[in-house]
Amino acid sequence: MADATATNTPAPGTRRQMLAEFWFYFRENRGAVYGMWFFIALVIMAILAPLLAPHDPIIQDRSALLVPPFWEDGGTTNYLLGTDAVGRDILSRLIFGARYSLFIGIVVVTISLVGGIVIGLVAGFFGGWIDMVIMRVMDVILAFPSLLLALVLVAVLGPGLTNAMIAIAIVSQPHFARLTRAAVLGEKNREYVMAARVAGAGKMRLMFRTILPNCLAPLIVQATLSFSGAILDAAALGFLGMGAQPPTPEWGTMLAEAREFILRAWWVVTLPGLAILVTVLAINLMGDGLRDALDPKLKRS
Amino acid sequence: MIKFILGRLSYLIPTFIGITIVAFGFVRILPGDPVLLMAGERGMTPEHYADMMQRLGFDRPIWQQYLEYLWKLLHGNFGDSIVTKQPVLSDFLTLFPATLELAFCAIIIAVVIGVPVGVLAALKRGSWFDQTTMTAALVGYSMPIFWWGLLLIIFFSGILGWTPVSGRISLLYYFPTPTGFMLIDSLLSGQKGAFASAASHLVLPSIVLATIPLAVIARQTRSAMLEVLGEDYVRTARAKGLSPRRVVGVHALRNAMIPVITTIGLQVGVLMAGAILTETIFSWPGIGKWMVDSISRRDYPVVQSGLLLIAGIVMIVNLVVDLLYGLINPRIRHS
Repeated sequence: MADATATNTPAPGTRRQMLAEFWFYFRENRGAVYGMWFFIALVIMAILAPLLAPHDPIIQDRSALLVPPFWEDGGTTNYLLGTDAVGRDILSRLIFGARYSLFIGIVVVTISLVGGIVIGLVAGFFGGWIDMVIMRVMDVILAFPSLLLALVLVAVLGPGLTNAMIAIAIVSQPHFARLTRAAVLGEKNREYVMAARVAGAGKMRLMFRTILPNCLAPLIVQATLSFSGAILDAAALGFLGMGAQPPTPEWGTMLAEAREFILRAWWVVTLPGLAILVTVLAINLMGDGLRDALDPKLKRS
Repeated sequence: MIKFILGRLSYLIPTFIGITIVAFGFVRILPGDPVLLMAGERGMTPEHYADMMQRLGFDRPIWQQYLEYLWKLLHGNFGDSIVTKQPVLSDFLTLFPATLELAFCAIIIAVVIGVPVGVLAALKRGSWFDQTTMTAALVGYSMPIFWWGLLLIIFFSGILGWTPVSGRISLLYYFPTPTGFMLIDSLLSGQKGAFASAASHLVLPSIVLATIPLAVIARQTRSAMLEVLGEDYVRTARAKGLSPRRVVGVHALRNAMIPVITTIGLQVGVLMAGAILTETIFSWPGIGKWMVDSISRRDYPVVQSGLLLIAGIVMIVNLVVDLLYGLINPRIRHS
């Protein structure tokens, strides 16, 4: 795959061929395909949330507090998965919660991916003291347990979803910077880069058009890992009261609100966590498939 | 070897300085006046304010403050907690054994189960055992552990009534804690039932904290083992007619363990992050819960120094792992 992109812009035929090859290997991994379908369904659900949700996720029905799911005694089909302690429909909150989780994943991965790529490219391409300073700063960020650093950053910035996303992005960005730098160091002295340089390509062009496309495979895999990691971390921050604030139907925040009912109403605790687990699992399954399909080392078998 | 150790040590110094800058800067970038923040809602008189400013050194240039901060750190002065009025270091040392005990049990569970499962899964690649355990590992890896802990409480404490919900030991027992490890101290106390109580409090938190490291170690062991099993020297060993047990035990396992040991070392950071959540759920009186409580109580000296101490510990453990890695893999040492 790396060799196919030796020219700066592959011909349309090559690109289609690459995609076909990628799909061929990705399809081999059944779990990855299931994960992908689930993820697509989740995205559709998130987009169509206002149409799909039977109730408003924030409206409280004072006459229906802690109603169990419909198959339990006392449940009604009006609230399929029951209601929480203030009478909000859990199913609707879960459906809207998908929006938050996907949004968190997209924002965090975009910020940390773009930031990490730029930082890693600069470090790897220029080398010398720039490289040294940048990588030491990355080491410092990585020296802290990620959730702890995110927690402290949120304490500084103030609790809330936006600040939680910024904190998580800062914490996950060094992984991208390191990967990019390592890939750049591996590619920098290859002949095609030399050829582009001799042909008069500027530094920006060399960095972004010549080298970057050949470093993408590990970054894509890391991006899926960060996506699921961001959802988990944001839910953890929400659970600790530092992420999205009530009454936002974010899954981690829902769990935090449900904590005191764990021995009385299992559904308020079980369902939001299950939503987190299944979503993260689907993304990780996809990540495994992507890794297998993009990693040339594993392809020989 | 000494050159290798010194090299790794010198490599740590800039990172350590960076960590102190982060911990130092943390209080400065807080919105608002740090002195007023520390005073809390009670407020203070202007004289008291000026006195605090001077005592805390906020009236001097920032680089001087930083150097002074470093100087204090090097003398073991990590500041005092606003809430308990105790030195942060002594609070830390009181609470740390609880976290250590929990983390230790968790990593033992993770290694004792994870490594054999990974090896077996690799040896029986594609079998139902491989598929089931690796699916389970991926589920474990994707687990929101704060929810997993709540589920275990619902099931084992709520429905079955087997385990207590929170704390380290039943209130019925009281004894001196010379080691700080409840399992050992309860045995030393000689009180009947104390050890069983301590152990029953420890089971669920350890399982919760072990979940993600266990999944990571099992997956990593399997892939390391698969890689090694495909190497030429393993094929040679097989071709020589060595018994499968010898091939796996001596030739493959030993080499597969090299990346696995690194993975185990890297779990220390994961354990620390996990301890924050696990201790919060189980009201486990360790440094994870301490940090969360201090953040919500705005006890900034604790947050500042706790951050530094935890990062320092993670760094030292990673250094030890690095050195071990050099010890078992001469290729790293000489490169």
